[in-house]
Amino acid sequence: MVRLITHNLLACHAKGCTSNNFPLQLKDVQVELRDAEYNADFLRGFISRIEWPALVDAARQLGDTSLPNEPPEMMDDDFLQKLHHVLLEIHIEEGAMICPNCAHVYPISNGIPNMLLAEHEIG
Amino acid sequence: MSRPEFQAPPEIYYGDTEAKKYTNNSRIQQIQADMTYRALELLSLPSDQPALLLDIGCGSGLSGEILDEEGYNWVGVDIAPSMLEVALEREVEGDLFLQDIGQGFGFRPGSFDGAISISVIQWLLNAETSHPTSSPPHRLTRFFTTLHAALRNPSRAIFQFYPTSDDQVQLITSIAQKAGFGGGVVVDYPNSNKARKVFLCLFVGGGGGQQVPKGLEVDAEEDDARVKFEKARERQRKRDKSGKRKSIKDKDWILKKKELYRRRGKEGVPNDSKFTGRKRKATF
Ligand SMILES: C[S@@+](CC[C@H](N)C(=O)[O-])C[C@H]1O[C@@H](n2cnc3c(N)ncnc32)[C@H](O)[C@@H]1O
Ligand SMILES: [Zn+2]
Repeated sequence: MVRLITHNLLACHAKGCTSNNFPLQLKDVQVELRDAEYNADFLRGFISRIEWPALVDAARQLGDTSLPNEPPEMMDDDFLQKLHHVLLEIHIEEGAMICPNCAHVYPISNGIPNMLLAEHEIG
Repeated sequence: MSRPEFQAPPEIYYGDTEAKKYTNNSRIQQIQADMTYRALELLSLPSDQPALLLDIGCGSGLSGEILDEEGYNWVGVDIAPSMLEVALEREVEGDLFLQDIGQGFGFRPGSFDGAISISVIQWLLNAETSHPTSSPPHRLTRFFTTLHAALRNPSRAIFQFYPTSDDQVQLITSIAQKAGFGGGVVVDYPNSNKARKVFLCLFVGGGGGQQVPKGLEVDAEEDDARVKFEKARERQRKRDKSGKRKSIKDKDWILKKKELYRRRGKEGVPNDSKFTGRKRKATF
């Protein structure tokens, strides 16, 4: 149940890991597609919060190449539908997220990422 | 019996058996739903604007289901795998994380439009976990600091919790303030044993313009506080109905979701009085 919307908000929170800690790298992931309620207003309001290149990369890694390299000036319905699908309908069920800086592995099982830290990683 | 947080670490206390018992208990469902509605009221998000919320200590999704029904997108974090398991079974819409909030969050700055937490943060004061940990003040500091960063400016975080003393309220409030939050404590029905509820209302930004809301009071002529708490819900619901807060998700979607929860909730619990509270929401 991690979707790319949440992956896009998530950086590593291990102790001292404060730079180059985003985006977490996806590894060996299995995804499931599930319909979500489309809401253009939500997407328009949310887009400024998105780290765009990270989203495009993550989507491509999961086989979705529908997003342009830059967010378009005109947010027409066609684009918003694609964004909707990428952000809210692709669920990562299994695999792991790995910090590009400290290499901490956050395993994902049953759709739930395990964010627990080891003793020496607690800030 | 002593409070849950004195008995065992949360992820042990809320093991498989207790997670199911907790979630299927009609009285608990009702109370958690009421408090979630009240928390949303205190959150006072701008009407008819969709939002992404954080549900801190989301458990099995009793609070999250209300967020679904109200049309919010949300992310839930909890330390108890068994509770999250039940949340998965109930097919809540939010993204779930196994996380110890005392270890802090890694969400990027300004990720969420608001946060709620229902019946959770007393655990940060009273119990250790079976994972690596540190002292309660240290955990609270880490928690509030990283939460403050994860919220948008301006926004709010509303915590219903069960303090055992004023000192605890003091400790929590002062650490939250050091982490950058404004705000304070709201007590609903302060004179009623049964209905008394404590809400910590924290503000991010707003230039000091955010006012701590007033607690609800029992009317003099009617001292059944329970009834009053219901009335608060009634008011909230009417407001929704009058269209002040536009429902974000479409009606069929919500009804489908409600039906699902109803079905899920009934499994193993034949008594149908449990959804008396829910039924009223069918007037969307
Ligand atoms: C009474 S339940 C409330 C669950 C949900 N908010 C509701 O309204 O039904 C308290 C929850 O807090 C969680 N909790 C306690 N300590 C926690 C911690 N350190 N980090 C994350 N969750 C915690 C427990 O696992 C449990 O699911
Ligand atoms: Zn890291």
